[in-house]
Amino acid sequence: MVANEMTQAEAERPVVLKIDHVAKSFRLPTEQATGLKMAFLNWTKGIKGYTEQKVLKDINFEVHQGDFFGIVGRNGSGKSTLLKIISQIYVPEKGSVMVNGKLVPFIELGVGFNPELTGRENVYLNGALLGFSRDEIDAMYDDIVEFAELEEFMDQKLKNYSSGMQVRLAFSVAIKAQGDILVLDEVLAVGDEAFQRKCDNFFAEIKKDPTKTVILVTHSMDAVKRYCNKAILIKDGEIIASGDKNDVADRYTLENLKRENSKDSADQNTEKLDVYPEGLNKEVPILRINPVSPTVAQSSSDFIFEIEYMYGHNDGYIAISLNDIKRGGIPYDSGPDTFKVPQGHHIVRFSMPLHLFNDGEYKVFCTLRRLTLSDSEKTEMIAFTNNSNSLIFAIRDSKNTNNYALINDRSMSVSLVETMQV
Amino acid sequence: MVVFRELVKTDFQLRYQGSFLGMLWSVVKPLMLFAVMYVVFVRFLKFTDGTPTFPISLLCGTCLWNFFSESTSMGMRAIVDRGDLLRKIHFPNYIIVASTTMGSMISLSINLLVVIAFGFFAHAHYTWRILLVPFNILQLYIIALGFALLLGTLYVYFRDVAHIWEVVLQALFYATPIIYPISMITKNPEFAWAAKIIMLNPSTQVIMDVRHNLLSPEYVPTVWTMIHNPLINVLPYLASIILLWIGVAVFRKNSAKFAEVL
Repeated sequence: MVANEMTQAEAERPVVLKIDHVAKSFRLPTEQATGLKMAFLNWTKGIKGYTEQKVLKDINFEVHQGDFFGIVGRNGSGKSTLLKIISQIYVPEKGSVMVNGKLVPFIELGVGFNPELTGRENVYLNGALLGFSRDEIDAMYDDIVEFAELEEFMDQKLKNYSSGMQVRLAFSVAIKAQGDILVLDEVLAVGDEAFQRKCDNFFAEIKKDPTKTVILVTHSMDAVKRYCNKAILIKDGEIIASGDKNDVADRYTLENLKRENSKDSADQNTEKLDVYPEGLNKEVPILRINPVSPTVAQSSSDFIFEIEYMYGHNDGYIAISLNDIKRGGIPYDSGPDTFKVPQGHHIVRFSMPLHLFNDGEYKVFCTLRRLTLSDSEKTEMIAFTNNSNSLIFAIRDSKNTNNYALINDRSMSVSLVETMQV
Repeated sequence: MVVFRELVKTDFQLRYQGSFLGMLWSVVKPLMLFAVMYVVFVRFLKFTDGTPTFPISLLCGTCLWNFFSESTSMGMRAIVDRGDLLRKIHFPNYIIVASTTMGSMISLSINLLVVIAFGFFAHAHYTWRILLVPFNILQLYIIALGFALLLGTLYVYFRDVAHIWEVVLQALFYATPIIYPISMITKNPEFAWAAKIIMLNPSTQVIMDVRHNLLSPEYVPTVWTMIHNPLINVLPYLASIILLWIGVAVFRKNSAKFAEVL
């Protein structure tokens, strides 16, 4: 019902940016080809002198007026190229970009700032480069200076500013620029704490304004969840998730986990020789944890995983620990002699309830232990899962609202007993 | 347009940044160059046609040539030098070339005022023809802009162009009767034919035109006074326009890719 209303409201808002089947590839020169000599040599030899790399393949999306639109993706996924195409700095190879309204790109703060000019001149130059007329800059000049808190420095040369002052001035121009569509790259995420707070307030404010549209490129899932109402995830030049910001953010987390886990299997293939990876040895050549449940799990479901091991004796125990990656600490440990396992090459399946926990990234690791010869009450460790043999998973649950703490408020709540006057 | 104005202003402001004389250099530099040339070529080497306007004509030619060589070489580098802008902001990039050449044009205007002032003491003969000078200057700007756009595009891909252009400029300079009078060639029976070819080179023709119209219609010859076939005489004017057209066409075809190549 709610979703329906949302799409309806969305349909009423006009499309301000439409990316239609955009593709882009770059020619990477194999040898330095910026010279007549190389160009001529390559031409005579019939060498192309470059390799073609497809950076974007068939990107489609629409941004409506008032959206706070997030673009996320790993390094090298094509985010920045897409941003430059949106800002019309690059020309798409195929497809088209339709922009409706005044688009103000901030790929970098303070583009065209010249240290030899005064603050005032730089504001006007920067504004002109961003496509504003003199009158428009006049109108926003006071706002900019006030926001930057640089009233008494505007007639000083920029080279006499501290770096903090320069950033403040550049940022003020960026956010007070009266464009309809703001395109912001990651770069805005630098600066000291006060500066960050200013960013924060600004984003929160602009989010409420239905006439302003923001397109934000970021790595920070926190930022996406906090500000954006829609997002897309780009991987290898393609959109692999789009729409609801939470879905996209979770998918991004999953992609990152996947990469770590697939790196593990690659590692295993190269380790066929006598050399055992860290934690394993001749007695225990295999010990690893594999997921059965999806690695992005909900609090309400139990998390199923399997431990595969190879051990030649009948006195083995498996001990399991859970590590909270983000907050640190070990929320759970099975104890050294809880699970006795038979000899040979086996897979053991475990189930772990997650209803206690809030959102976060967790790592399951285990050790294989045996009773010590001297003292049959105690066990000693003979193998453990190293980083690549352990299992990383994430909890993402819409019921978890305050993810600051490890234990969610459904599982545990502190009650007030009594207030006493002192 | 706003960008154009701001860039011209900035460029001009920064041109003499940090020097004591500042803007005065626009006036002093050509005068000093003129002094050197005057002493070397007119006094020592006797490169003069004996007309009273030759010294002022030499000064004027120096200023015009300065503009031509400065605007083309700076225009050529403009795109690459401003690469940081092109990679981060979208705006029509011909503005960069136009603003750079316009900066040189401002210098030239100041220089020409100096030339006119000097002319009063140096036997210049001002006639109604002065009204034609702005059109000649426009033609000169068209040639310079045409070269700048063409070279600027090439320079993005091949940095070698800078060195080649340096040599070409030097050759063009000697092929233009600035330090020597054209009469030195016409009087030499062996090379009299070459004088006409030299005059048909647009950059030579326009410089001669300016000096003819501005300083002395009597003493400075032009294409019109040397060749009496109107059909041939329009060739350099036509060439200037074709040059600009080629420059614009080449630049426009490639300008979308500049941000990626840089």
